[in-house]
Amino acid sequence: MIEMQDVWKTYQDGSHALRGISVCIEKDEFVYLVGPSGAGKSTFMKIIYREEVPTKGQIFVSGFNIGKLKHRKIPFVRRNIGVVFQDFRLLPKLTAYENVAFAMEVIEAPKKVIKRRVPEVLELVGLKHKAASLPAQLSGGEQQRIAIARAIVNNPSVIVADEPTGNLDPETSWGIMKLLEEINFRGTTIVMATHNKDIVNSMRKRVIAIEHGHIVRDEARGEYGYDF
Amino acid sequence: MIFNNLARHFREGSKSVFRNGWMSFASVISIVISLFILGVFMFLSINVNTITNQIDNQVQIRVFMKLDTTEEQRQLVETDIGNMSEVSKVIPVPKEEGMKLLQESLGEDGKDLLSGYTKETNPLPDSFTVEVYEPTAIAMVAKKINAINETNSAKPIWKVQYGKGTVESLFKVTQTVRNFGLIVVAGLAVTAMFLISNTIKVTIMARQREISIMKLVGATNMFIRGPFFIEGALLGILGSAVTLGLLFYGYQQLITHFEFGLLMIKLVPLQDVWLLIGGTLLGLGIVIGMWGSTISIRKFLKV
Repeated sequence: MIEMQDVWKTYQDGSHALRGISVCIEKDEFVYLVGPSGAGKSTFMKIIYREEVPTKGQIFVSGFNIGKLKHRKIPFVRRNIGVVFQDFRLLPKLTAYENVAFAMEVIEAPKKVIKRRVPEVLELVGLKHKAASLPAQLSGGEQQRIAIARAIVNNPSVIVADEPTGNLDPETSWGIMKLLEEINFRGTTIVMATHNKDIVNSMRKRVIAIEHGHIVRDEARGEYGYDF
Repeated sequence: MIFNNLARHFREGSKSVFRNGWMSFASVISIVISLFILGVFMFLSINVNTITNQIDNQVQIRVFMKLDTTEEQRQLVETDIGNMSEVSKVIPVPKEEGMKLLQESLGEDGKDLLSGYTKETNPLPDSFTVEVYEPTAIAMVAKKINAINETNSAKPIWKVQYGKGTVESLFKVTQTVRNFGLIVVAGLAVTAMFLISNTIKVTIMARQREISIMKLVGATNMFIRGPFFIEGALLGILGSAVTLGLLFYGYQQLITHFEFGLLMIKLVPLQDVWLLIGGTLLGLGIVIGMWGSTISIRKFLKV
């Protein structure tokens, strides 16, 4: 599903975010990406959804060589990847429903399909009753659920989540993790960067640890190995 | 599907026009100024072209007699002019014929307007049309004809006119003005373009989050650009619409109020030129608007 071959990323200021990453993530896998701040986790994820291009090496997502992609093909590859952020990034003036529908509208999905699909996804994230609420009227956990709904509404085969529980209290975080696990069970690959030791240690998944741009650990059912 | 998108882009684009009120206003004004000047030049050159075509290519001098000139005096002047070696032909135009020519030049409206004048109340003077052999001698001949007044104690000549020289110098002046004007218009159009690109930059900045989400979920570049193109085009259309309103109204006023003052030069009626000028200015407005939005899209919307 996702394959990196000796991926390097050097930013214009000369800092090396990734130094020769090689990794393979299979379909249906749930992977935690752990490591100290500045280790290269975010760059790792940005390279997956092609916000950044590797300086050296190759990355394949669903068979596409993402680094070599023609400009006009990028949108179509991104439709296959859902992204979730720590700060939710919802549009404040749109309701929960509209925020989710927005993701379908802008890829020009037919209205009929949008009308059928959005309630379905809101139901999956457990917020059908909050469809008409604005983000400001929702709790942090609810906002993140809407953000997840937006990420999955176009049926991507990969979800990339950058510290999705970073702004949430432990109980709410747990709910979000259950939701992500449910989505993973339904066949979506999930790559999640996190600092949350408790989650990594109790919901056991594959753990990839990054430090100074290198993979220092990759365990099938690992635990959080850092103390920060 | 395409129409769906178009409606959406249109909605978003027009929203931005209003949301960026003052910036939009400035952009529209700058378009109006540049297109207005261009429009004035278009009207001017169309009219000059028509006038030069209207006026006979023959080199003619028109000599108008005083109203109270006697037949004797008139004949005397005719002979005097006929005796000049440069003159090829002297054609007398009695006032009755002058009236007929005037009626023709005024068209349908003129018939009614002038029908009140009878043979006795005809207010026009007798005149001659004088033709010369050498066009270059025309100014000299006109002077000589004027000089007849000095030797004749009755001073029977009221006015000597030669049209072609006037038209030529008019044409020369407008040519210069037009060339200069085109430079001014080009400069103003570029200014308008940059103002528009700035206005749209404001929209792009205000919508950064929306745009980043669009990109993230895989909206195509065309789709993301859509509303900004529409915004630019709308600013252009607004600008040219205001310009055309001003120009057409002003020109119509000019025609109705000055037709009699410019009896010799009849302005081209609005209905003959509105399509040409309207189409040109509207097209240019849209091009300026879209161009402006392209600049800002390329600069600020790295899609």
